Amino acid sequence: MNRIISPKNSQKIMETIFWASGIFTVFLLILVIGYILVNGLPVINLNFIFGQPIDNGAAGGILPFIISTIYVTFVALVVATPLGVGGAVYLAEYAGENALVKAIRFGSEILASIPSIVFGLFGFAFFVVYLDFGFSVLSGGLTLALMAMPTILRTAEVAIESVPKSYSEGSMALGASKWQTISQVILPAAVPGIITGVILGMARAVEETAAILYTVGAAIQAPVSIFDPGQPLPLHLYTLATEGISMPFAYGTAAVLVILILVITIVTNTLVDRYTKKMMGR
Amino acid sequence: MTEKKEDKFVQWVLFATGISSILIIILIIAFIFREGLPAILQIGFFNFIFGMVWNPDNGIYGVFPMIVGTLLTTLIALLFAVPLSLCCSIFLAEIAPPNMRKILKPTIQGLAGIPSVVYGFFGLVIIVPFMRIHFGGSGFSVLSASLILTVMILPTIISISEDALRSVPYEYNEASLALGATQWQTIKNVIFPAALPGIITAIILGMGRAIGETMAVIMVAGNVVQIPGSIFEPVRTLTSNIALEMGYATGIHYNALFATGIVLLTVIIILLLIANYINYKKRVTIGGGYL
Repeated sequence: MNRIISPKNSQKIMETIFWASGIFTVFLLILVIGYILVNGLPVINLNFIFGQPIDNGAAGGILPFIISTIYVTFVALVVATPLGVGGAVYLAEYAGENALVKAIRFGSEILASIPSIVFGLFGFAFFVVYLDFGFSVLSGGLTLALMAMPTILRTAEVAIESVPKSYSEGSMALGASKWQTISQVILPAAVPGIITGVILGMARAVEETAAILYTVGAAIQAPVSIFDPGQPLPLHLYTLATEGISMPFAYGTAAVLVILILVITIVTNTLVDRYTKKMMGR
Repeated sequence: MTEKKEDKFVQWVLFATGISSILIIILIIAFIFREGLPAILQIGFFNFIFGMVWNPDNGIYGVFPMIVGTLLTTLIALLFAVPLSLCCSIFLAEIAPPNMRKILKPTIQGLAGIPSVVYGFFGLVIIVPFMRIHFGGSGFSVLSASLILTVMILPTIISISEDALRSVPYEYNEASLALGATQWQTIKNVIFPAALPGIITAIILGMGRAIGETMAVIMVAGNVVQIPGSIFEPVRTLTSNIALEMGYATGIHYNALFATGIVLLTVIIILLLIANYINYKKRVTIGGGYL
């Protein structure tokens, strides 16, 4: 090859290929999101968002499914945030580099890559059956918490570690205890990064389907108690699409999900941007 | 002294949250095995793993066709995704001008953020009909699943490979260019080899994501338990098998689905161990500690 094509030409050919692959990736995103939005946006109106479903979701609105999504995500974050942030503080401030820390890191790596359906199996066997929470917002939320935790932990750890050492040294020099330093100085400085982690964990909980398939139930009514079953949006989309209940409504639900995720991504990026600018400014 | 006590107390609480991820993992593995092991013991390890027939109605549980289904969809997805994502990561790390990077970075985030059920839905309304029209059959096929998986694992491979490429010291690049190499020669002979361990890790993690994906595959693969004769035939993966049958499984059938979960867990943990081993090796072989 090298003898036939001169280095100069192969440089040109490869550069074209690299550009093409970059542009193709952008095209893929536009294709998927564009197709869903073009077909889904016309379905979305106030009645669709705030209405009650009729005939299993073939008509009416999707309000109960939106409420389920918010409820389940809220439960997941209430549980995962303290665990993730606490774990991050421990890893960043208390633990040295020892076998235990390596085990914690590997543990959270495994947690981050276990297939979601295996979380679903566990959630069913443990929360639904063993702890007898039944098919409920609580079972689904707890299962999602396990999935969101490693995301929050990793992001929060990076945020805490990027707080300048001089901050904690200054605080310690003034006679503050370790915990006073962490709670009054380090954590407040790391808050934007921690919030980013929580939002990323939230995105994971909002989009997840397989893990809640057999933990949250499949109710048409909005859940009130934490022990009520629900049907978050992704699960509802799955039912709509695979059981052929209503294609237009499936597009509409998919569009709502895509918009939700886009908003979450944009908010995270803005936060990260502001945060990095602030850190650079100092 | 109370401050000291508070400090100690806080340290214990943080320690507890710190080890929670280990405890959760142990709990998950324990429960999956508790429910799944009886099936493997009763059916027999070899009959379960290498059994060609999955017929719960007659009490026959062999997952081999599903193992083949998972491997086949994953490997074909990698076949498409690896070249594309490597080119894309090289583009991002070495070639793209800043404003192009400003477009591509959020694009990759976006691709990673799209819910898997939305990917599945997209496959169902676009890819499956396309396959049906152009290649015959139902359109639910190995290839349909692989194409969806390709898009889904792109962000994983691209972002991790890009990190690996970027962490190659800039002096390598400068030295190579100073010797008169073109940019492509530099990438091919210097940067890429130096970043290779990280790139392999990226591919392994992408592979893990493809193996674990459930909803998108279930919606486009057709879910027939068989060893497909061609990539245009339907197939069922390990993950789909669990998701499809958990709703009504009882007795040994229920346990057999957890046993399928054991197979998945084992594969994922082995992949992670390999990825970690490569990362560890990389540090040893390259030395300096910069990678």
